[in-house]
Amino acid sequence: MIAGVPTEFTPPGPGSFETPPIIHGVEWFTKPVLVAALSVVVIIWFFWGASRKAAVVPSKLQFAGELGYNFVRNSIARDAIGSKDYMKYVPYLTGLFFFILLNNVAATIPLIQFPTFSHIGWAYVAAIMSWVIYNAVGIKKKGLFGYFKHQTMPAGVPAWLMPLMIPIEFISNIIVRPVSLSLRLFANMFAGHILLLVFVLGGEYMVFESGSIALGGVGILTFLMGIAIAGLELFVQCIQAYIFVVLTAQYIGSAIADEH
Amino acid sequence: MTTLVLPLAGAGEEVNPLLPHTAEIIFGFVFLILLAIAFAKVVVPKFEKAYADRTAAIEGGMNEAKQAQAEAKAALEKYNAQLAEARSEAAKIREDAREQGAQIIAQMREQANAEAERIVTHARTQIDAERSQAVAALRSEVGTMATTLAGRIVGESLEDEARQRRTVERFLADLEASESARAAVGTDG
Repeated sequence: MIAGVPTEFTPPGPGSFETPPIIHGVEWFTKPVLVAALSVVVIIWFFWGASRKAAVVPSKLQFAGELGYNFVRNSIARDAIGSKDYMKYVPYLTGLFFFILLNNVAATIPLIQFPTFSHIGWAYVAAIMSWVIYNAVGIKKKGLFGYFKHQTMPAGVPAWLMPLMIPIEFISNIIVRPVSLSLRLFANMFAGHILLLVFVLGGEYMVFESGSIALGGVGILTFLMGIAIAGLELFVQCIQAYIFVVLTAQYIGSAIADEH
Repeated sequence: MTTLVLPLAGAGEEVNPLLPHTAEIIFGFVFLILLAIAFAKVVVPKFEKAYADRTAAIEGGMNEAKQAQAEAKAALEKYNAQLAEARSEAAKIREDAREQGAQIIAQMREQANAEAERIVTHARTQIDAERSQAVAALRSEVGTMATTLAGRIVGESLEDEARQRRTVERFLADLEASESARAAVGTDG
């Protein structure tokens, strides 16, 4: 790849996400595994440090930890689940939120620059965990039959509509929810990263490899656009973490909600 | 998922992005469960304890303030009660003094009355004594005079009324003369 020598441009695709194992021969140890493990270490280190000496008058670190913890505890868990039962789910929701947030933002952090959740396995796992939890707590509270009745037979619907309502509600509440949860997160991260790759690799190609002055100029513009898109992506990354956790909390809340 | 093979494809090769890697599924569960446990066992209890302590500290401070307020109120009530007591005591003392004063005045009056009575009685006794003395003196004098008069009357003839009358008149004139002479003597002497 010597500048000025025209070469074929290979557009980024799904294959761009398949990074080789970090240690040759250890095939499970891939970049997303490393990033996810790092994120777990950082989260536990930060929150352990912030809460270790939690006192009435908080230190700066404790204050920062409380800020993050309170955001999930109050604005997500308590608002969606209700102030009676929410505390039970705060540990999972907080862990989930910061896990998704850090792994999403990893796509913007220099040198890492890889969104873990663009590998759909991670998104499936998070969605399955949430699915299992909200169904399990619903069944625990209302019993198997009571829970399915609660989820599939909305109050106030006339009986003759039930044959229509039950399958629709079952599909939307039990089957579609985990799929939409995981696909939304995965697709946002995947598409965002591809978009970024297109702009950055495209810009790089046009500037260094196309051999054309005009294309070089366009390439610089493309590069600048890429930076703007990276900013937008940072926003999307945070929003997606928030949405995933808010929806999980809402599913839990609706699963254990009393009949109106 | 058994169809997933880990040797990863290079860029450009056909890969289905919707099929997960088995290793990542396993790590995903491990990491998420690890995080949930870490939060459940350490972070959440520590933070919640700090929150509870904070609430307790605030409530404790408020209780303390309430207690101080109650104490101040009790002290104020005590002082007011003492003040009222002192006032009523002062009023009582004043009342007592007034009563005592009235009593003293009444007593004095009574004493004065008794004294006046005593003086009046004394004077009356003295007057009575003087009068009886005077009466005795008068009586002896009248007796003497009557004897004198009787002597004269007997000495002279009592034939006619004119003579009798003259005698009496003379007697009375003498009497008057002696009287005036005595008075003159009294005034002179």
